[in-house]
Amino acid sequence: MARRAWHDVAEAFALPLLALGGALLLFGAFVWFGGHNPLEVWQLLFVGAFGDAFSWQNTLQRAAPLMLTALCVALPARAGLVIIGGEGALVLGGLACAVVPYFVALPAGLAGTSVLLLAAALAGALWIALAGALRQFRGVNETISSLLLGYTAIALFKHWVEGPLRDPASLNKPSTLPLDEALRIGTLGSYDVHWGLAWGVALCLLAALWLSYTTNGFATRIVGGNARAARLVGLPANRLIITACAIGGASAGLAGGIEVAAVHTSANASLIAGLGYAGILVSFVARHNPLAIIPVAILFGGFGAAGSLLQRRMGLPDASVQVLLGFAFVLILASEALRGRLLPFSLMPQRAPIPTAKPA
Amino acid sequence: MRQDLSRRRALAQISAASLATMTPWAWAQAPLSVGFIYVGPKDDFGYNQAHAEAAAEVKKMAGIKVVEEENVPETQAVQKSMQGMISQDGAKLLFPTSFGYFDPHMLAVAAKNTGVRFSHCGGMWTKGKHPDNTGSFFGYIDEAQYLNGVIAGHMSKSKKLGFVAAKPIPQVLRNINAYTLGARSVDPSITCSVIFTGDWSMAVKEAEATNGLADQGADVFTMHVDGPKVVVETAAKRGKMVCGYHASQAKLAPAAYLTGAEWNWITAYKQIIDAARSGKPHPNFVRGGLKDGFVKTSAYGSMVSEAARKNADAVKAKMVAGTFDIFAGELKDNTGKVVIPKGKAFKQTDIELEGMNYLVEGVVGKI
Repeated sequence: MARRAWHDVAEAFALPLLALGGALLLFGAFVWFGGHNPLEVWQLLFVGAFGDAFSWQNTLQRAAPLMLTALCVALPARAGLVIIGGEGALVLGGLACAVVPYFVALPAGLAGTSVLLLAAALAGALWIALAGALRQFRGVNETISSLLLGYTAIALFKHWVEGPLRDPASLNKPSTLPLDEALRIGTLGSYDVHWGLAWGVALCLLAALWLSYTTNGFATRIVGGNARAARLVGLPANRLIITACAIGGASAGLAGGIEVAAVHTSANASLIAGLGYAGILVSFVARHNPLAIIPVAILFGGFGAAGSLLQRRMGLPDASVQVLLGFAFVLILASEALRGRLLPFSLMPQRAPIPTAKPA
Repeated sequence: MRQDLSRRRALAQISAASLATMTPWAWAQAPLSVGFIYVGPKDDFGYNQAHAEAAAEVKKMAGIKVVEEENVPETQAVQKSMQGMISQDGAKLLFPTSFGYFDPHMLAVAAKNTGVRFSHCGGMWTKGKHPDNTGSFFGYIDEAQYLNGVIAGHMSKSKKLGFVAAKPIPQVLRNINAYTLGARSVDPSITCSVIFTGDWSMAVKEAEATNGLADQGADVFTMHVDGPKVVVETAAKRGKMVCGYHASQAKLAPAAYLTGAEWNWITAYKQIIDAARSGKPHPNFVRGGLKDGFVKTSAYGSMVSEAARKNADAVKAKMVAGTFDIFAGELKDNTGKVVIPKGKAFKQTDIELEGMNYLVEGVVGKI
């Protein structure tokens, strides 16, 4: 019996869910050894992450920036590059967003905010494109260079924020001048979630459409699959790879800009909170699939929100949720080994017999 | 009218106090939920531990329910943690303890929860600018750093001190200056070299800075970073002496630990909690030093000489009596410019000190 399309789909959902279930079971055993009631812990995890309207808003709010920073890993990955310097693009995006008003008077409202976000995206795009260009034209390993460029970006950020651009009124928390009230990003209606969530979901969807349904996206995937083969068929590999890096960087830069315009109101060291690094995990768990990034980021946000409640109710240390995350990732990544083997054997594709070469 | 009110309030307090002593379960009927939020781990031997230790004292108070959260970054996460404490745990009083929580995070949540009291650690609350249900508390820990300096001045053989600092912001500069002034009150030839690491928690850079300063000959160290553990341990390993900061690090290096500048947050917490329980207006602006019990010094290490102890105790007695000014003219900065003219002395409460932007003479370093 041949393997059908629905088998792949069923597996795509069943594998991560089983892995997650396994992680929860392991975590239950873990807290049980620590002298806590696992049932209570499971219940709190659920209540904290998805239990009521507040929990959902908490979860989604935490997920929003992760969707964007995960794209900064996923898109270059689809073009064949392992970029892990999203944090650098994020802080530079935040800086760019805060700096524009120093130089130009912006119109209030949507138009002004758009300029800010555009500047943020541009800064991030340039930074990650630089890592891509170094790889393509100078042969510098992009994983290392993007990571180190991240540190450089943070150093530049601190230099500018705590030096030339510092708001003299920000004494003990050095910051840039706060953004004008009219330029800030608000919340989604009456919900306590800002517009960054809409941006995150929209960009993930757009990225998925781009990769799956455009010639350019298809070419990018070909390059990611085998750059030499792509060159042989005449694809402009350098341009495609650097474009993918730039789009990824733009997403992370946008995340930084949104953090500044919606949350911090000015650029300061609080922006460097590891959102860019968390995006790496999200992207790898989502197997660099932009559509999968959305639920994985929400799951991540949920872990954060649940961890918050777990600390308050049970006095568990913050690290306990990290343990759960660890279980979840190891199992989700390990579950890949079961792909194609999960369904009953009768449903498995029959391998065509390997033709044996006959001597001529 | 005002007298009348205060008398009534006093009466209420007295009756409440007597009620409390007579019937200890009186408070227990409606426990006050208090939330504490820390930016780092509760056991960092530093800033967060100082708060967590005081929060542990609060837990022992009758009629108080404490909820805590550690490692909360200064992002949306802290806003959600505060809101969660309010809507999920029914907290009526919150202590967001990290400096960066104030603006915009605490202010944003406070605006949505006007019935909840917020007390931020740091000196940022300004009357008229910030809402009345918010406030800030802080301590003049430079007094304890000055005493660290006095001890260091006596104990140093190389006459070179080391200071590992996070950022050149007013609060940190004030500590560096106080430490240096304390040491130079013992011997004016002493210098104090400072290295800024750039952020509050940079373990590797802190170790490098400590080693670098030790190589330059510094033999007594202190610091202003969130977790002094690395500096204390590195200095001890190099055979140097240390003065602690935030909490006591004596346990980490008993043979090297001279004394330390510690917070004593329970004093501030009690004031603010008592006001919340008795329904008094929220104390918005709470400050204090050694005299008020907001800061304290670690017990002297066994190696601290008799002369050093006597000198430090004498200065401490003057500070407690309120007759000692750390920052008094004529004071020059380390470029030779006069920053406080002759005859002028700043009290600890003077707001000018909170915008400090210089390093005093004797500090080797640049802002």
